[in-house]
Amino acid sequence: MGVRAWFGAQPPTPNPQPPTPMKVYLDNSATTAMAPEVTEAMLPYFSEEMGNAQSVHSFGQRAKSAIEKARRRVAALISASPTEIVFVSGGTEADNLAIRGIADAHRDRGHHIITTRIEHPAVLRTCEALEANGFRVTYLPVSRGGLIDPEALRRAITGETILISVMLANNETGTIQPFEEIVQVVSEARESGLAHLHFHTDAVQAVGKIPVDVKRLGVDLLSLSAHKFHGPKGIGALYVRKGTRIAKLLHGGHHERDRRAGTENVPAIVGFGRAAEMATAELETRIARMRELRDYLERQVNSLVSNVAVNGDQDRRVPNISNMSFGGVDGESLLIALDLKGIAVSTGSACASGSLDPSHVLQAMGLSREEVRGSLRFSLSAYTTREEIDYAVSILVETITRLRAMSPADELETVQSI
Amino acid sequence: MYSRQVADHIANPRNAGELDQPSGIGDVSNEVCLDRIKLTVRIEGETLVDAKVKASGCPPTIAAASVLTELIIGRSIQELSLLTRKDVIDALGHLPPAKSHCAVLAIDALRAAIGECR
Repeated sequence: MGVRAWFGAQPPTPNPQPPTPMKVYLDNSATTAMAPEVTEAMLPYFSEEMGNAQSVHSFGQRAKSAIEKARRRVAALISASPTEIVFVSGGTEADNLAIRGIADAHRDRGHHIITTRIEHPAVLRTCEALEANGFRVTYLPVSRGGLIDPEALRRAITGETILISVMLANNETGTIQPFEEIVQVVSEARESGLAHLHFHTDAVQAVGKIPVDVKRLGVDLLSLSAHKFHGPKGIGALYVRKGTRIAKLLHGGHHERDRRAGTENVPAIVGFGRAAEMATAELETRIARMRELRDYLERQVNSLVSNVAVNGDQDRRVPNISNMSFGGVDGESLLIALDLKGIAVSTGSACASGSLDPSHVLQAMGLSREEVRGSLRFSLSAYTTREEIDYAVSILVETITRLRAMSPADELETVQSI
Repeated sequence: MYSRQVADHIANPRNAGELDQPSGIGDVSNEVCLDRIKLTVRIEGETLVDAKVKASGCPPTIAAASVLTELIIGRSIQELSLLTRKDVIDALGHLPPAKSHCAVLAIDALRAAIGECR
């Protein structure tokens, strides 16, 4: 046996960890579990109530009636009218339809779009695609807290601007943009003669987490997604204010008042409606519960771990997200180690999810490479419990201690002495 | 995304720490990723008799550092000179292609530690 044979011959060490004692899902900004009530509401529409809502017979009419009931519930969640709701496949399609739909329908009025550096890729990539198509896009910077400056928005608006797209709450930090001031800027621009200026917000992370009222936000278009608040995946909506002209992405039949062709996903729409109804009814209790547990998580981590910072403006955040940077550790190593103990979180660290790009959001906020690398996002749901937070914190402390002890950098304190 | 072996080394790093009065130290880092491996080795005669390692960075870096110690303890200097990043990757099952530089960093640490002893 040669030397080379030996190097490959070592068998993998069996994992000596005991079976995972607890599963704690703290990645609810990625997706949530469906509420049992939602599942129950959907089930008949997979089987006996299988009609195509476009059909004239009774099967079709019952499907149509179920869709319209769901549409009323989704509209009520954001204080819109049912006719202003266009069902689409999710947040990404909603963002694409809003931006491309406005750009295509109003390109004769101008070729300028304003958005921010911290948008979801569904917005950023759509804007980039339009840039390749003759549009000019302004990407507004954000402060250390993750907020845009409404005055910078005001300065960016030109006579050519046809669309402003600013996300309501950020998916990585939970930061809520200053919409009171933004809407002021937008309405002043309109009053000054820019009647064709459209205003869109990606509210995917905000709906179900804070009160969302399209009238108060002053938007023409708003994207939302069901699976972020205990509805099914693969369904979302674009709010299109009455009188707003948008071009279609998908051509075909006259579905969704001729704004989105394709047979309606009836079970998903029904589930979306039920989830929206529950979110409307339970919003205040959910907010109180999530905020209390999120703040408890941060208090515990702050008291037990040294060298930790909360990212994003702490006074303007959705109640379910905490983004923290842990000095001296890599977020992905933390994530993997937590996952082995049954705890699911996400990270802005470079290597996460197969991409080698560190979080564009945290970078835009001006965080150092070290801070971006050590970032973890904890996102709670209406169903998160205190026991789950306690377990997550205990494993987090243990893991950070081990990773910091393993680190060659010896200037770091590990765990605060109490 | 990562192999069971990578996860296991993250959960249970082997030979973590630093040797007192080592024969050689390999302290290397990747400036792009901020990853760092610090390997301390004891060499007696022509044999590497003991090693300890510290590492910071992404999971493959920590796993590569950890598995490296398993691959090198008890081996002759001549055997170690033939060790390549492929051996580290094989010992970890596999690494995503974009992550093979983590195995390179481990080999760099070994070369630096042995080089110091010469």
